[in-house]
Amino acid sequence: MNIDAINNGYVIDHIKAGSSMRIYHFLNLDKLDCCVAIIKNVPSGKTGKKDIIKIDELIDLDLDAIGYIDPGVTVNVIKNGEIIKKSKLELPKELRGIISCNNPRCISSTEQELPQVFRLADEENIVYRCIYCDAKAEHKFSLYSSG
Amino acid sequence: MRSLISIHDLSPDEIDGLIATANDIMANPDDYADCCRRKKLATLFYEPSTRTRLSFESAMLELGGSVIGFSEATSSSSAKGESVSDTARTVGCFADIIAMRHPKEGAPLVASISAGVPVINAGDGGHNHPTQTLADLITISREKGRLGNMTVGLCGDLKFGRTVHSLIDALSRYAGIKFIMISPDELTIPDYVMQDIILKRNIPYYETGSLEEVMHELDILYMTRVQRERFFNEADYIRLKDSYVLTPEKLISAKKELAVLHPLPRVNEISTSVDDDPRACYFKQVLYGKFIRMALIMMLLEVNK
Repeated sequence: MNIDAINNGYVIDHIKAGSSMRIYHFLNLDKLDCCVAIIKNVPSGKTGKKDIIKIDELIDLDLDAIGYIDPGVTVNVIKNGEIIKKSKLELPKELRGIISCNNPRCISSTEQELPQVFRLADEENIVYRCIYCDAKAEHKFSLYSSG
Repeated sequence: MRSLISIHDLSPDEIDGLIATANDIMANPDDYADCCRRKKLATLFYEPSTRTRLSFESAMLELGGSVIGFSEATSSSSAKGESVSDTARTVGCFADIIAMRHPKEGAPLVASISAGVPVINAGDGGHNHPTQTLADLITISREKGRLGNMTVGLCGDLKFGRTVHSLIDALSRYAGIKFIMISPDELTIPDYVMQDIILKRNIPYYETGSLEEVMHELDILYMTRVQRERFFNEADYIRLKDSYVLTPEKLISAKKELAVLHPLPRVNEISTSVDDDPRACYFKQVLYGKFIRMALIMMLLEVNK
């Protein structure tokens, strides 16, 4: 299957097979006017299969959000048809404005102008905790499972 | 500029240093009588507290400083809807240091970001209460002469008691600590304390429902209150409530050098007939709490005797 090469934009590569739609929705890519291609189940030497997203515009991309949803993805920045930057994402140490604290006793529940900030407390078990109240983040989806 | 929001903000060496300073203040109070002259402490208490607020205020007065503040939210601008951040920034224009108690978890952290002066967390909901932990540690240190190599019994409500969680966290950084956790099944230690601290740091522990069974082993007995509202049904509460009340009879099998601590206020979980036992240390704990708060205020204001 051929998808046209992009001139200026991003190629989000090595997405765990089945996770591309989560990234698509989480980044609100459905709101973009430019071309966005989601390629699922691409054969991969390392993992058997993977997903790829191509975005045909240099938008403001939240790499922390992508790293949180699927650490291990690679983001290629394309300018004038050339890869000018390649970033392999990891779990971000801090999540800012990506998830919200659900603890009703947390100060962020009443003072809503406060930024929602979580820090990575346990990398092995992917536990993020609210910086204000230490409540464990409830993920909006099941991380690392398909669908 | 530093604040104290959680006990994690202090290294074991810094805690040892605070205990040493507090001990020196107790031995030589005159040396410290003026070290905070012309400095002001603001006590911002958004919920009632007798012990902690008066302890902070006494601490600052004994250092030669002065105190401003409020003792309930209704007498502050928060009643008009002012944010914690704005209140802290405003008070930071008047005071040199702030002690804050707030029902919302994380409020003192928010205050510390905007105040421009050091902020001490004097209790934020069920979350952190680091100066109570410091009071617990100095009491253990003074009574036992050490903070490691001992068996610590934690009795009562281990699920919701924030002081218990902080104490486990602080003591488990010292070598040779064993915890014996004595509680009804409904009120055992939460998973995150067990997983993140006790198991992760390989701390030896034993869980039981019976205080009598383990009394003879303990070097420290840390009592907490078992509250009626924590139980799912009344019958369980009535069945269990007296199991976790400390009486002179239960102390018969205890070591002579045991130290009994309690964060207070006590309701009925320690019989008043235990108060005269030399092993009862909970009122000394209140006294030592004031001295360790003096040492903390000095540290955060970077003043010396």
